[in-house]
Amino acid sequence: MLASNNKNNEFHFARRPPPGQREDKMKRLLHALGLAAATALVASPLLARTPDNALVMAKNIDDIISLDPAQVFEFTGGEVIANIYDRITMYEPEDLTTLVGGVAESWAFSEDGKTITLTLRPGLSFHSGNPVTAEDVAWSLQRVVKLDQAPSFILTQFGWTPDNVDELVKANDDGTVQVTITEDFSPNLVLNALSAGVGSVVDKKTAMSHEKDGDLGHDWLKTNSAGSGAYQLRSWKANESVVLEANPSYRHGEPKMKRVVMRHVPEPAPQRLLLEKGDVDMARDLTADQIAGIQGKEGIVVEAYPAGLLQYVATNDRHEILGNPKVAEALRYLIDYDGMADTFLKGTWKVHQAFWPSGMWASLDDKPYKLDVAKAKTLLAEAGYPDGFEVTLDAFNTSPYQEMAQSVQDTMGRAGIKVTILPAEKKAVYTKHRARQHELILSGWSPDYADPHSNADAFASNPDNSDEAKLTGVLAWRNGWEMPDITAETAKARTELDLETRKNMYLDLQRKVQARGPFNIMFQQVNQVAKRDNVDGFVAGPLFDQTYYRNVTK
Amino acid sequence: MTLGSQAETQAAGAGRSLLPLAVLTRCAQLAAQLVLTFLGLTAVTFVIGRVIPIDPVIAIVGDRASQSVYEKVRMELGLDRPLYEQYLTYLGKILEGDFGTSVLTSQPVLQDIFRFFPATLELATIATIIGVLLGVPMGVAAAVYQGRWIDHAIRLIGLVGYSVPVFWLGLIGLLVLYAQLDLVAGPGRLDIFLEDIVEPVTGLILIDAAIAREWEVWENAFDHVLLPSGILGYYSLAYIARMTRSFMLEQLRQEYIVTARVKGMSEARIIWVHAFGNILVPLITVIALSYAFLLEGSVLTETVFAWPGLGLYITNSLFNADMNAVLGGTLVVATCFIALNLFSDMLYKVFDPRTR
Repeated sequence: MLASNNKNNEFHFARRPPPGQREDKMKRLLHALGLAAATALVASPLLARTPDNALVMAKNIDDIISLDPAQVFEFTGGEVIANIYDRITMYEPEDLTTLVGGVAESWAFSEDGKTITLTLRPGLSFHSGNPVTAEDVAWSLQRVVKLDQAPSFILTQFGWTPDNVDELVKANDDGTVQVTITEDFSPNLVLNALSAGVGSVVDKKTAMSHEKDGDLGHDWLKTNSAGSGAYQLRSWKANESVVLEANPSYRHGEPKMKRVVMRHVPEPAPQRLLLEKGDVDMARDLTADQIAGIQGKEGIVVEAYPAGLLQYVATNDRHEILGNPKVAEALRYLIDYDGMADTFLKGTWKVHQAFWPSGMWASLDDKPYKLDVAKAKTLLAEAGYPDGFEVTLDAFNTSPYQEMAQSVQDTMGRAGIKVTILPAEKKAVYTKHRARQHELILSGWSPDYADPHSNADAFASNPDNSDEAKLTGVLAWRNGWEMPDITAETAKARTELDLETRKNMYLDLQRKVQARGPFNIMFQQVNQVAKRDNVDGFVAGPLFDQTYYRNVTK
Repeated sequence: MTLGSQAETQAAGAGRSLLPLAVLTRCAQLAAQLVLTFLGLTAVTFVIGRVIPIDPVIAIVGDRASQSVYEKVRMELGLDRPLYEQYLTYLGKILEGDFGTSVLTSQPVLQDIFRFFPATLELATIATIIGVLLGVPMGVAAAVYQGRWIDHAIRLIGLVGYSVPVFWLGLIGLLVLYAQLDLVAGPGRLDIFLEDIVEPVTGLILIDAAIAREWEVWENAFDHVLLPSGILGYYSLAYIARMTRSFMLEQLRQEYIVTARVKGMSEARIIWVHAFGNILVPLITVIALSYAFLLEGSVLTETVFAWPGLGLYITNSLFNADMNAVLGGTLVVATCFIALNLFSDMLYKVFDPRTR
């Protein structure tokens, strides 16, 4: 919580000079009274009303539940910590396609590929002024495993457990860390996993000074920060704002924006008004309609960033009718992919039909399916359902998911399949999906780290299809899809050392899941950000935690 | 001393000795009512939290957590234990003043409530003041001029207030008064560059800014609160004006009004002293109820105006099955209702001698 003496703080915004920038209210009132019709109201001129040294964004931030990098697994939280914590390896905003060193300057693999020696970048320091040491790096990884929060599987898949992680991840000396994995994994995959949020390097001294009951500083780090990134957390007020403050000693130089403010504006319409008025620099959650309405307006530009989030309609493979391969194939021809993308989705989602998003290494851009009712009818007849059947479709109760569900309902109806939409709150849909109680379900998935195994592990692997296995984090299990051959191929692809061979293996896996899987992958999200035209340097990558503010200028 | 006066003295003596007993009995009744109300509320809210089809563990661990993480958090939340045991544990903690931690904000629920409730209180109080100051005279005027254009106009204003969705009115208000005319400030409680200047004392920005003599902050906060409270005030006004009109019409038809007119009493005195005096008791109930409803927090208004109030907090919490937060928020709302009920009971005694 900030105190009143903050007004003297060098980081505090200069107060807005009201007389110069805001028009006299009385004059406006008189002006308004002089006009009879609403159409005669003249829009106020677009004024830059945010401070020059601050980036102010309107965004719905109610998904943040914690800012501890060992726990963060939500979109907004991921974005915030990406700017607070430097990671062991990173994708930098200057080149989002190349994995480079973050806190680690270089790395070397042992011959068997199971031991990695990370050499740290010299001279780095945390926001507290403490130097970044090998002990901090090792401890950061250890605490992710020991705290065992939602994203911990990204590291525990390497064979690390709370009992063995101290032995397998340790500081050799001040400048090097030795990391040993017990499972077979491609080195590329391991390095990519270290670039995820769980690879964030936390200031051990600062965090441990706030430790309570052996929680490794977890409780404190939920609402505070101890990193070495471009920004530090000044405050997170739930339902209000997140405020970040520039790190003057950041290794790439102090960011131009001394502050970054995310203001919680849950509704898109007020976001648009705030942007048009100049009270924010960016509106992050505008709908397709609003983007269309705002495009071309003076002083505002819209930028599109392909995101990694995929949207699919999945079938429950254990369902008597839906488990029939002919029926599953017919459903692929009963979705109007282009129709939706060209109408109500208008640039916010693009057609994509493979499990690894386009624009990333080893992605498959084939789009073999389009709406073809006649073909679907033939397939349904071959399956023994010439007159269709009745089925339910669980879907999020918000836009544009309800519109997607309605489109699917319409096109499937053309082949006699009577779809009943069951709209529900997002978490209720997830709960049902994890319990395998759905028939059709419309849901989404985005990668956790920049290696195709991240999604292959969810879409193309199901080592045990029994109810008792409870592989609830695995999409193939959730949809009851048993495919030992594909599961084995996924396991093999993750260990392949040759990059080209590995790439081909993932392309092949994507084709197989496309043809045989219970997933009708339809779209990949495109983040459309509306911003004032004086704002440059904002970068958003395909992963949810690859949004960077440090190059932003105004 | 006559027999009569002796009896009166005895009665008075008995009355004096009985009075503390009566007060004690009333207090005991009140305490019992309060305890039962709170118990009922917590029980019902608790059960609702368990029957909604949202898994609170998913809200914390997310969609893709492994089953082991899921089970760990489920046990941490105590959800593996029987429902009655969870409820009793919760009650025990409340009695110790521990409302638990909100999973959504990572903060103690009490701390959250101290932050979100003042935002709602500020909005609801100003809205009620607007509703009373405009609604009561409008209701009286509509009754006095029944069937004439003033009555029709006021009823039309009320009808619009009743029937137009609040989020639509909020958005139109923002579009015209903020975006087009710049007469009011936009969403939020303060402009971003004025935040954190004033130390929170009461949590009510207008009061805190006045205490700190930060008049620029005060003016900005007022600019921000004007539109949302005006819109809520409009709804409050519509309700209060309609009820005032109906109460007044009933009174103006009474024989004592005719008698007063026949006796040549001034019309103003008849309306404001006699008729209005008699509607005060039911009107207080109406105003108290309207205020209490606003104190629940208007989710839609708070959403449109990005107002970090209690309504938004409780709703978000409910959608994430964050039951500590929902229960804490519900108890605050219940306390408001009970306190306002008591307050209006006390006002009855002031305005209606028969209830003393």
